[in-house]
Amino acid sequence: MKIAVCVKQVPDSWAEKKMVNGVLDRENVDAVLNDLDEYAVEEALRIAEAHGGNEEDGPHTVTVISMGPERATEAVRKALSMGANDAILITDAKLSGADALATSAVLAAVIEKGGFDLVICGTESTDARMSVVPAMLAERLNVAQLTFASKVEVDPAAQKVSITRVTEAGVDEMNAAFPCVISVVEKINEPRYPSFKGIMAAKKKSIETRDLTSVGVTVDSAWSLVADSSPRPPRAAGIKVSDDNSAAQMVSFLAEKKLI
Amino acid sequence: MSKVLILADFINSKATKTNAELATVGARIGEVTAVVLASAGKGSAMAAEINKGPVSKIVVVESDAFVNNGVAAVADVLAQIIAAQSPAAVLIASHAFGKEVAARTAVKSGSGIITDAVDVSADITATQLVFGGSTTVHSKVSHGTPIITVRPNSVDAQTGAATPAVETLSLQVSDASKKATITSSQPPVQGGRPELTEANIVVSGGRGTNGDFSAVEGFADSLGAAVGASRAATDAGWYPHSYQVGQTGKTVSPQLYVACGISGAIQHRAGMQTSKTIVVINKDPEAPLFEIADFGVVGDLFAVLPKATEGVKAHKS
Repeated sequence: MKIAVCVKQVPDSWAEKKMVNGVLDRENVDAVLNDLDEYAVEEALRIAEAHGGNEEDGPHTVTVISMGPERATEAVRKALSMGANDAILITDAKLSGADALATSAVLAAVIEKGGFDLVICGTESTDARMSVVPAMLAERLNVAQLTFASKVEVDPAAQKVSITRVTEAGVDEMNAAFPCVISVVEKINEPRYPSFKGIMAAKKKSIETRDLTSVGVTVDSAWSLVADSSPRPPRAAGIKVSDDNSAAQMVSFLAEKKLI
Repeated sequence: MSKVLILADFINSKATKTNAELATVGARIGEVTAVVLASAGKGSAMAAEINKGPVSKIVVVESDAFVNNGVAAVADVLAQIIAAQSPAAVLIASHAFGKEVAARTAVKSGSGIITDAVDVSADITATQLVFGGSTTVHSKVSHGTPIITVRPNSVDAQTGAATPAVETLSLQVSDASKKATITSSQPPVQGGRPELTEANIVVSGGRGTNGDFSAVEGFADSLGAAVGASRAATDAGWYPHSYQVGQTGKTVSPQLYVACGISGAIQHRAGMQTSKTIVVINKDPEAPLFEIADFGVVGDLFAVLPKATEGVKAHKS
């Protein structure tokens, strides 16, 4: 199987984020591999390992695909140190401020060229939090969409995938034939920590950098534009009580606010 | 007058209250048509559920593909209706399913997309609260038909009775949209409580519950509230993952949010700090969540909640 994992470098979720000229300021914050993409990398490795592995003599490959500035190699390297085979990073100044539509167009072009059986993503990035790229990829690639998976079972011989989809609308059992786009929720697995050996090996693994010309896609400016943005006033702390009568005071507070 | 499409929102064939919210927002922009996508034979029953808010018209399409193939089939037909009707905007509920439908519809119709709007104005400017609610952003779609997902519970809905005209359209779902098959569906287990992202009141428990959610649930039930949980509580297996509030879980914006035994990591705040009123109960007076609490109780939740539950019941009787 050829498995692709799409990952994104995002500002550390602990970092303070700011808007500059209508887009997120990515330069002046610590950047990390999107937490939720680690589950996708882990699941890709587990699928490969369950069927013969992706190491030197294993029959499968796990390729990390990312779009972002050059420094996104750090996030890509982390995925490689977990055990992915190689990586493709699409980096181009024209992609600064790209929206989900542009991102999905670029990723889809690279995936199509690579001829992957499975494309695995996290459910969302912790910065934009749109949860739309996996669905857009399935649409653009014209392949099955198996998203919000809490469980993935792959039958490489039959070229079939079954998942359990978990959303607020309930739990669905779904299946589809290769190729397909899968997104995984965070409860699906426990991502491994890169081992020392993995970190050393990752330094020698190939990260192929492509620009938009080599991808063969032209990208419009974003199709949704920020008119303005402003920090919201911080919430101020209100009343704080600690005496024996606090439960009754709390009920009175709720009653005054007409919340009960 | 311009026309606005809303994708009617159902859970388990029951209309959600989000429909009236979408219609209320839509009516600012133009005449609202609700799109009801139903499995074969269910169209008129589901259309009849869209009976509140400023809905002028309903179009019904029936196909078993909506149930059997999910997001792809819904987006397929929605895009066909957009192409035929050229609406000024399309509004969809902002949950996992709605955002995925919006995503595919945007690609199909060559349109810009905005997700998680908390408001949309008459000139189709969307308001979003980003970075964990710390920043307000106004944005507009600049290409194609604006496809906007609106977060449930964000706008005050007009809920006057609606008597829309119902039209049934005969549209086909293409085979390309049937590549993934849904073999079975279980509705969410809610135990009679409201759905988390829709609820007016949410009572959440965290590490401080030590795995015992009975006091949290008791208080929630006295308020008719949904129950939520912090990541610490769901990671510990104390409460199902689907109830997690926070950055990697649900984002809620209820009238009242009660946090019990939750210290308030920034990731948790990201999922609840746009709540209208926040009440915090925690043994630790230094818990960071007190900084954003409208009302804070320093105390043991197992002592405070049962008394408060009695107090609420007494107030209501």
